[in-house]
Amino acid sequence: MALFSKQNKEVFTNPLNLDHPILGQVLGICSALAVTSQLKPAIVMGLAVTVITAFSNTIISILRNTIPNRIRIVVQLVVVAALVTIVSQILKAYVYDVSVQLSVYVGLIITNCILMGRLEAFAMQNKPWPSFLDGVGNGLGYAMILVIVGAVREFLGRGSLLGFQIIPDACYDWGYINNGMMTMPAMALILVGIVIWVHRAYFYKEK
Amino acid sequence: MSKLNTNSNSYIIIYSTILVIIVAFLLAFIFKALKPMQDANVALDVKKQILYSLNIRDLDGAEAEAKYAEVVKNEGDIDGQKYYACEIDGEDILVVSLKGMGLWGGISGYISIHGDEVPVVYGAYFNHEGETAGLGAEIKDSQAWQEKFIGKKVFVDPADGSEVALSVVKKVDDPETQVDCVTGATLTSNGVNDMIKAGLKDAGKRFVQLFVTTRCVKDEPTDSTAVEPKAEEE
Repeated sequence: MALFSKQNKEVFTNPLNLDHPILGQVLGICSALAVTSQLKPAIVMGLAVTVITAFSNTIISILRNTIPNRIRIVVQLVVVAALVTIVSQILKAYVYDVSVQLSVYVGLIITNCILMGRLEAFAMQNKPWPSFLDGVGNGLGYAMILVIVGAVREFLGRGSLLGFQIIPDACYDWGYINNGMMTMPAMALILVGIVIWVHRAYFYKEK
Repeated sequence: MSKLNTNSNSYIIIYSTILVIIVAFLLAFIFKALKPMQDANVALDVKKQILYSLNIRDLDGAEAEAKYAEVVKNEGDIDGQKYYACEIDGEDILVVSLKGMGLWGGISGYISIHGDEVPVVYGAYFNHEGETAGLGAEIKDSQAWQEKFIGKKVFVDPADGSEVALSVVKKVDDPETQVDCVTGATLTSNGVNDMIKAGLKDAGKRFVQLFVTTRCVKDEPTDSTAVEPKAEEE
């Protein structure tokens, strides 16, 4: 059982490619739309989800043989809720302004479909290490979309990335105007739609 | 382990009890450990918001702390509402804290006021708990909207100061006192309007006393109760 056997590698890379949680399985859309108006909260949200999926997957996988079948969803929720609370407390202590910006969405990670989906579908049947990789893979897949959408929206909507102005003042003097539409949640939906389209067009061809 | 019947009632009860107790202790421990840092962040955030309302933006932690200490001379508390006496470039400015209700939850804000004869708004900053992103949340996110308040007259009668003229409306009839509301966020804007009316009204007379009679609280002894004027109205 090598740590990075072919099987384990697949577990890690699949969610980044074909089995992408957002693009392939269309899970976790709600928060992906809400927190992507700027890049920084998108990155923090992506990292938070990655950490939580990885650890909740691992913990549930370790406990999987002891969990009573009838209350397994409850146990999963308790683990996820505990991790989410811990992450939200840590965010509040170390990156306060980001935690204010993410506001309710950190708490809502508990209801993120990716988490419950992975716990039910993967962690309950697999060993801790592959479960950890699966969690990281799915979290990163989610983070990837958040970052792409967040970057496009912040760039076109505010002319900046991570708060630094990218489009020079000269452009504004020449009549360039930030697209205010981009800061609206509706544009996130359209952008995610475009990304899903590109992703499917590419992977279906390859298949 | 495999012999254990994980579906028996007693196992389920014991299992869930132990799990919940472990989680509860863990969370309590983490909460206690991080509390001081979070409190410091919240305190700093309040200071930053006060500076925002004084049109001092884009300051980082330590800078904001230093600037706050330099600008804010005194603070007071009347019936739970906070006042801050500030001085910028030798001019006295009073910052008032506001609290109200938006569409989905609480909203709050700080409005700074200056001017001896006719008090006008120096700057404003609003915050919210859970307004809709892109719509109601604009009261906090849109600096341009907050800057619309600058220069507006606060009171109907500057000498009396009991009636607040400053308002947020859909159709601006009087550009001297009215601010255009946020498009698509009528209910949040109404909340801001009510918050301003209520927050400044309670303090109306006291303001005038602070401005006209005592100029600003900085001349008073630096005791926080000094903000309270001698003549109580109620």
